[in-house]
Amino acid sequence: MEETKVVGKFDVVILGGSAGSLQVLMKILPLLNVQLPFAFVIVLHRKSTEDKTLEQLIDLKSTVNVREVEDKVLLVPGNIYIAPSDYHLLFEKDNYISLDASEKVNYSRPSIDVSFESAAEIYKSKVLGILLSGANADGTKGMQIIKEMGGTIIAQDPETAETPFMPLNAIKFAKPDYILTVEEIIDFINSIQ
Amino acid sequence: MIEDLQLETLINVVYEYYGFDFGSYSRASLKRRVDRIYQLDGFQRFSDFLSKIRSEPEYYKRLVEEITVNVTEMFRDPSFYKILKDEVLPNLAAKPFIRIWHAGCSTGEEVFSMAILLKEANLLQKAIIYATDINAKVLERAKKGVFGLQLIKQYAENYRNSGGKNDFSNYYIANYGVAKFNDEFSERMVFSQHNLVSDGSFNEFDLILCRNVLIYFDKDLQERAITLFDGSLSTLGYLALGSKETLKFASISDKYVQVNKEKVWRKLK
Repeated sequence: MEETKVVGKFDVVILGGSAGSLQVLMKILPLLNVQLPFAFVIVLHRKSTEDKTLEQLIDLKSTVNVREVEDKVLLVPGNIYIAPSDYHLLFEKDNYISLDASEKVNYSRPSIDVSFESAAEIYKSKVLGILLSGANADGTKGMQIIKEMGGTIIAQDPETAETPFMPLNAIKFAKPDYILTVEEIIDFINSIQ
Repeated sequence: MIEDLQLETLINVVYEYYGFDFGSYSRASLKRRVDRIYQLDGFQRFSDFLSKIRSEPEYYKRLVEEITVNVTEMFRDPSFYKILKDEVLPNLAAKPFIRIWHAGCSTGEEVFSMAILLKEANLLQKAIIYATDINAKVLERAKKGVFGLQLIKQYAENYRNSGGKNDFSNYYIANYGVAKFNDEFSERMVFSQHNLVSDGSFNEFDLILCRNVLIYFDKDLQERAITLFDGSLSTLGYLALGSKETLKFASISDKYVQVNKEKVWRKLK
């Protein structure tokens, strides 16, 4: 990617991942600009018991402030929000997050599709969806919807993914705007105005 | 996904025809639920969906049943049950009689979990659990105390993780793929329909549990429901919410103190 590339404005950047995505996230987090001009939402599949550990891990690695997600918290640019286990994370008007404990989607709760779709409904073209490594089809449908609503989607380059199924599936069915290596994803996020 | 405008029309139709107000439900979640039943029942045109709701009260009932989320399990969030067992029940033990309200009890898994804790604390015989839900269908199921056997392994694990020491299988009889929980539990329960949007207080309680219900409400309705709980709770009684719900922003919060950082608050005045 060119050094000078300036990426459009986003209100929300959502990063979704499953198997093999945690180590990618750990690479991305320390290298992010401290003052992110958007709210950064992370939706990872994991076991329901690993909640606190994941939050602590991300907080430790991250230069950006991590806010605990509870129902109806306000999304504020410059903060990281992590979808809690056993809840779907949804977006409401007026920049609130709401949670939903309904049925799993794609065997997952939180489901990446659910958060992608909900973000697209509220933020339209101001959404950037990034899909990392994983062994599940979650994320593809949500990416399609982000794209339909005018947002931007990125898949991790499957060559660089520990478990390539998830980005491959998205590349096949959602035609991402960009297919990027981890380093390129970091550059992309940091060049958002 | 259905359109925002369609959702608002549906909210108005339901209110106009049945007096039920979904207007204070969280929109993102409500929209997903309505879209789900719309797809599930194979509608092609939203106007057909609306006219069926208008003209068939039975279909309206189905709509409400499908919109309300009924995902639950026994001893969900084991650390929460540990607090109930170690902090809450010992403080209620001296009372001559213990009244508990499970608001939004769904199919009853958490109500039976509570009853098991009460039994193990030797409090079951002087306790009564009022279990309510807006959805009559799930209450019928809850009353039976019958849960799928394939789920019991997970429930037994949750039970042990919450500090349960007994053989979980003592509490039910397994037969034909289901687990029927002992009658001594259901004998201490009263099930009835109650609507947090429109119904008021009906008793005074020592412990109120309402877990993962408020997340479906907007902030105004959350405030109203919490005020209703406050008005139904005795001094030194406890209010328990879901693991991502909070009392922090409620107007009555200064009367309460949180117990051990879990989602349990004690009413001080």
